Amino acid sequence: MNFPVSAETARWLAIPMGIIFGVLLHRGGVANYNVIVNQFRFKDFTVLKIMFTAIIVGGIGVLLLKNTGHAQYHIKPANMLGVVMGAALFGIGMVLYGYCPGTGVAAMATGSLHAIVGFVGMLVGGVFYALSFTWVEAHIQKVAALGKIRLPDITGIPDWGWFVILSIIAGTVFWLIETRFKRTANPPPAASREN
Amino acid sequence: MKKTNCKTAPGDTGNRAEAKARWNPYLVGLGLGLLSWVAFGILDEPLGISTALSSASSVCALPVIGSAGVANNAYWAKNPLQWNGGLLFLIGTFLGSLLSVLVSRTFRLEKVPATWSQQFGGSPAKRFVAAFLGGVIIMFGARMAGGCTSGHGISGSLQLALSSWTFFLTMFASGIVTALVLFRKPSGSTK
Repeated sequence: MNFPVSAETARWLAIPMGIIFGVLLHRGGVANYNVIVNQFRFKDFTVLKIMFTAIIVGGIGVLLLKNTGHAQYHIKPANMLGVVMGAALFGIGMVLYGYCPGTGVAAMATGSLHAIVGFVGMLVGGVFYALSFTWVEAHIQKVAALGKIRLPDITGIPDWGWFVILSIIAGTVFWLIETRFKRTANPPPAASREN
Repeated sequence: MKKTNCKTAPGDTGNRAEAKARWNPYLVGLGLGLLSWVAFGILDEPLGISTALSSASSVCALPVIGSAGVANNAYWAKNPLQWNGGLLFLIGTFLGSLLSVLVSRTFRLEKVPATWSQQFGGSPAKRFVAAFLGGVIIMFGARMAGGCTSGHGISGSLQLALSSWTFFLTMFASGIVTALVLFRKPSGSTK
C-alpha cells in the first residue's frame, strides 16, 4: 500500500491534525462537562449528533479510500470480555469525570480545573492498567477473543448496506431530536440567542 | 460565532460565552469525519488518544517502581513513551483547544460545573475526588477495552469493527445507568 507521505512526515502531521481535533472538540461544545453528562441524561444530544455524523461521513470516505487502494483498515481485536468490561468501566468513569480522555485534554485548556484533576487520575489509571496488564492479558483478553472481525463479516450485510442502515438510523434519530425533543434538548443559551 | 466580544458574567456557571462560540454539531461531526479521511489516507493511523496517554503514565510510575520497573513492564515495553504520532496528536489536541479558547475569548476557570453543583453542591473537594476517581476508572476501562471515544467510538465504529460497536453501545448503556444513579432526584432516594 502506497501512502502519499513518509512515516516521518506523517508523524509531524499529527500535530496540526491534533490542533484541528482540539478546535473541533472545543467548538463542538464537548470540552464542556455539562454537555457530556447531559448526553447520558438525555438532556443534551450534542455528543450523539457529533459522533454519528463523524462515523457516517468518516466511514463512507475511508471505505472509498480503502476500496481504491488509498487506505487500509486498522481493526481492533474483538476480545469480547475485555471490550465489554472495559466499556462498562469507561461509561462509569465518563459520567464521574464528565469527560472522555480526548475531551478531558481539550477541557484542561478551557480552564476546567477538575478536568486537570481527572487527567492526573487518568495517568494513575494508566499505571494501574500497565501493572495489571500481564494478568488481564492472560485471564480476560483471551476470553471470547473473536479476532479482528467486522459487522459485515458476522451479518453478511455488505459495507454499503451497513452505511445505508446507519444513515437511516442517524437520520431518524436526528429528526426526532430536532423535532420532538426540541423543547427539552439543547437548553444552553436559547434565551440569549436572538438572531 | 462572530459575536465573541460579550463578557462572561463572573458568576455565570453555564459559561454563556463558550455556548455562544459553538459551531453546529453536525458540521463539527462532518469535520471529524473529514479528519478521519486524512488520518487513514495520509497518516495511515486512526485518530486515538488513550494509547498515548497510557504510555505517558509511565512517567508517573518512574518514581515508584524506577526506570528498571518501567522497562520490565510488559505493557510499557509494548507501548513505550516516545515522540510518536499518537503523543504529538495528544499534544496537538490540547494546543488546538487552547487556540480555540483564546480566539473565542472563552477561557474561564471552573472548579465545579453547574450540572454537578445542582446535585452535589458547590464543594470543589467533592468534585475533585469524583473527577479523580472517574479519571482512574475511565483510563483503566479504555485500556482494557483497547480504545476510548476516539479510537473505538469514532475511528473503530467507522470501520464497522465489531469490537468498536460493542464498546460504543456498552459504554453508552453503562453511562446511562451511572447517570441515573448519580443524578437521581433527591426526593426519590430511599437512603
